Amino acid sequence: MTLLTVEDVHKRYGREEVLKGVSLTLNRGETKVVIGPSGTGKSTLLRCVNRLTEPDSGRIWLENVEVTSAKTDINHIRAQIGFVFQDFNLFTHLTALDNVRLGLVSVKKLPKKEATDRAMAELERVGLRHKAKAYPAQLSGGQQQRVSIARALAMDPKLILFDEPTSALDPELIGEVLAVMIRLAEEGMTMIVVTHEMGFARSVADEIVFMEGGVIVEHGPPDRLFRSPEKPRTAEFLRRISELYGQEGR
Amino acid sequence: MFPSPSFPLTAETWLRVGPYIPVLLRGLGVNIQILLGLIALGFVVGILIALLEVYAPRPLAFVGSAYAWFFRGVPEIVLLFLFYFGLSRTFNIPVSPFLAAVLALGLRSSAYQAQIFRGALLSIPHGQMMAARALGLGPVRAIFHVILPQALRLSLAGWSNEFSSVLKDTTLAWGIGVVEVMRQAAYIRGRDFPLTLPIYLTVAFMFLVLTYAGNWAIGAVEKRLRVPGLETRR
Amino acid sequence: MNLVFDWAWLPRLSQGLVLTLELTALCMGLGAVFGALLGLVRVYSGGKFSPLYWLASGYVHFFRGTPLLVQLLTIYFGLPTVGIALSPFWAGLVAMTLNTAAYQAEYFRGAIQSVKAGQMMAARSLGMTRVQAIRHVILPQALRLVIPPWSNELIYMLKYSSIVSLTRLDAGTMDLFGAGRWIQSRTFRYFEVYIIVALFYLALVLILTLVLRWVEGRVRIPGLGTPRRSV
Repeated sequence: MTLLTVEDVHKRYGREEVLKGVSLTLNRGETKVVIGPSGTGKSTLLRCVNRLTEPDSGRIWLENVEVTSAKTDINHIRAQIGFVFQDFNLFTHLTALDNVRLGLVSVKKLPKKEATDRAMAELERVGLRHKAKAYPAQLSGGQQQRVSIARALAMDPKLILFDEPTSALDPELIGEVLAVMIRLAEEGMTMIVVTHEMGFARSVADEIVFMEGGVIVEHGPPDRLFRSPEKPRTAEFLRRISELYGQEGR
Repeated sequence: MFPSPSFPLTAETWLRVGPYIPVLLRGLGVNIQILLGLIALGFVVGILIALLEVYAPRPLAFVGSAYAWFFRGVPEIVLLFLFYFGLSRTFNIPVSPFLAAVLALGLRSSAYQAQIFRGALLSIPHGQMMAARALGLGPVRAIFHVILPQALRLSLAGWSNEFSSVLKDTTLAWGIGVVEVMRQAAYIRGRDFPLTLPIYLTVAFMFLVLTYAGNWAIGAVEKRLRVPGLETRR
Repeated sequence: MNLVFDWAWLPRLSQGLVLTLELTALCMGLGAVFGALLGLVRVYSGGKFSPLYWLASGYVHFFRGTPLLVQLLTIYFGLPTVGIALSPFWAGLVAMTLNTAAYQAEYFRGAIQSVKAGQMMAARSLGMTRVQAIRHVILPQALRLVIPPWSNELIYMLKYSSIVSLTRLDAGTMDLFGAGRWIQSRTFRYFEVYIIVALFYLALVLILTLVLRWVEGRVRIPGLGTPRRSV
């Protein structure tokens, strides 16, 4: 069943067209992994989905609500779409618990007690219940990213968008974040993940989307796309990635 | 308390301000003289204090800090009264209001300028001093030929703040009877009461122009003196 | 030359001290509200195309670019000519408030702008409105970041409140400096009175600096702002 539909989205920054007509559909429970060279519009695409970046043209639906319509309450849509940033963006002045709780109280208007219980449960889920009182600056990068995943999860999102969630992390901290994401995928969370982690892509994705130059060059199940890419550009990208990170990607 | 008749600000009122402008400018000239005097005094004393605080042995450095602390903690107007009335009446030292203003505001400014210079001195990497000493320069010559030229360039940004604040503070000399722009404004007020508001607004405008012109000029100097690799952090 | 100090000066100086503190507290409090509003307008009103932005910017530039004394005398001597007559106390308080609001606006603006852009983005991604994001995320951080410059401003206004009696010395302007002038006019002791007044101000500055630093430490959050250098 289709959860998200993206239709011919264009975005231009000044003279440069970053998205040149991107379309995709995402089914409930599906994990899509978007790969491709840096600066090819992957992050812009994610931000267009909940209109953190306003697309110039094209239409987006979440279920049967048009996200891009001027009549839609975008804040209501955003509350249903989790977003995990590359550099975490945890609220600096709030503890881990308050970071997770803020959306519940201010957006979902949950009573404080209920919000606290829910937030603690989400911290538990990412294995950080014991860090509830810590401020972001007192957490490692991996822990911060897990808190930010808990923050997204607490809102009961219909899908979560991950924008290079491990790119800002030291190598030894990547594993703990990927572990959380793998478990989410297994539990049936709907996700779009922009990442350079090919090992993760291969083992978790239902579909791989390869983007370059503002368009989707090729997409398909990981087995096929990694073993026998149809387009030369895809093959070229995969070859360079494996040179950089070894056979498995990373 | 005031008779308070209403004199609305009409174009006609503003036109009557015109003839008084030369008088106001003459007053403003006195403010600029105070400004130049106090900045020069503050600059020389400020550098000395900063050098004391950074390079002098403990007891001397402490004297420098105590001096700066005193002049930064006492209001300008109190310093003006202290210097003018204190010197001329209590100690019978014949000092004119103008001189007292330059002294009081200058010494006060030296405390602030010292703070700026001290920050700049401390931000010069240690290796600069060592390299100078390695060439055989004595400590004093090292400071004057290597450290100070760099520190002064770094000071310009902070110095431009100090400039606009002391420029405005020169009006306080009015309090001890210096015949500067505020005093001229008061004379005009006495002679031509309905003009009070436009006259003060004109004075305000003059300071606005001076403040921005001065900051622009310092910015230009800063650009001229810029050395690659030795940027001022704003 | 013989210097004469008299304990009898103390009561009046103490009363003056109270008025100085009152003036400072009032103008800083009112100025904070007004200044924060101006700062918010300067950041969020939509920049160069919004009349509100120009109004706020013009205000800030005017009050920062002209002497406080000129502002005070304009209000006290100038405004009565158009029918607005204020007592020396009120003229002083209004001038100080309008003046400090302009400076505080700049400190607030700087603090708001030094909150990282990602914070707003993350708040919006949760579905918060812009106003909610400003209230729950941007302002709490900006208010902490503004404490050091705000503390400096408070010390500055504490000292600058001494000019209120320059319009007219009466019961409403008998602050520390005003009290000093009053005593001096009756004792003809110049240096002695003003050095005592100076020491009073120094003590006030010292105490307030320590208190403000303590407060700053109390509300400190790890990772927000930089630790203050010791003086």
